[in-house]
Amino acid sequence: MTPEEEDLIRRRQRSRSIVVAVLLAALVVLIFAITLSRIRLAMT
Amino acid sequence: MTAAVPLLPPADWRDFLALTKPRVMTLVVFTGLCGMLAAPAVDGRGIDPVIGFTAILCIALAAGAAGALNQWYEADIDALMRRTAKRPLPDGRMDRQSALHFGVGLGAFSVILMGLAVNLVSAAILATSILFYVLVYTVWLKRRTPQNIVIGGAAGAFPPLIGWAAATGSVALLPLLLFLLVFLWTPPHFWALALFVKTDYANAGVPMLPVVAGERVTRRQIGLYTIPMAIVAVAPWPLGLTGWFYGAVSIAMTAAFAWMAVVVATRRQQPDDAMKPEKLLFKFSILYLFGMFGALVVDRWVLA
Repeated sequence: MTPEEEDLIRRRQRSRSIVVAVLLAALVVLIFAITLSRIRLAMT
Repeated sequence: MTAAVPLLPPADWRDFLALTKPRVMTLVVFTGLCGMLAAPAVDGRGIDPVIGFTAILCIALAAGAAGALNQWYEADIDALMRRTAKRPLPDGRMDRQSALHFGVGLGAFSVILMGLAVNLVSAAILATSILFYVLVYTVWLKRRTPQNIVIGGAAGAFPPLIGWAAATGSVALLPLLLFLLVFLWTPPHFWALALFVKTDYANAGVPMLPVVAGERVTRRQIGLYTIPMAIVAVAPWPLGLTGWFYGAVSIAMTAAFAWMAVVVATRRQQPDDAMKPEKLLFKFSILYLFGMFGALVVDRWVLA
């Protein structure tokens, strides 16, 4: 594997990891908001 | 000694996004949202905004999953058509297994999230719409019958049904009519496009009506499908399911659509023809669907 190929792979992996991290964070916020909504719906 | 398979670098995340066909999602999200907003309040309460957002998110993710699985299955014919040759799979930027895993994972996630966060009825319809689009349309019909676009149109008709079910936990006559409207709208919409866009479906061996049955049959089918579409489009008003605003808008827009469809159905392509009526019908058909669903929401929220 050439250094250029290795660099491309590293860059791809890093950008994919960042995207997955952002998506997981968004999912946590969404689940938290859904939980609050569900609690509020159950209480009214 | 087996030949060494060239090792692909990990696909770029933008290619995963491209798999989901983001442009197709806008109509799906819009009609799903309108189905949700048109739904009546349950126990005196509309859908909770967060739950509503989650339902629309699931509809969009499911549409993306269906798009990814469609591209996974059609990588071979996508390579043969100019319009699709630059997609991630035919262009060699991603291996097919990654697309399959991504599509199945995204689809399963959207159905599970809908089931847990919203309700089981909408999750069941969501799962049905994904399976319908992938198995019935993509795998079974697309390569076998010129009516593929008619049946496939049903996949695009599910979102208003899902939006309504998300808001009410059930299905009713109005969302079924909205389903039928999108279902019957798809053939004139798509065949009008197929008349003026030299689609190279023939190279890929996909039986599209203009290619298989010719221009005259296609024009007649556009006219014929417009009749039941017009009936279904206006029906909610006399049935008392909507107010006068939707009734007025639906009659006016459907009359315009029908007029354009009659012009297309009764003319023949001339040499060096600019195909203006066909392009007009295609463009108006998009405005028509947005107008009809928009009128429905205005009718419910503003005038009710």
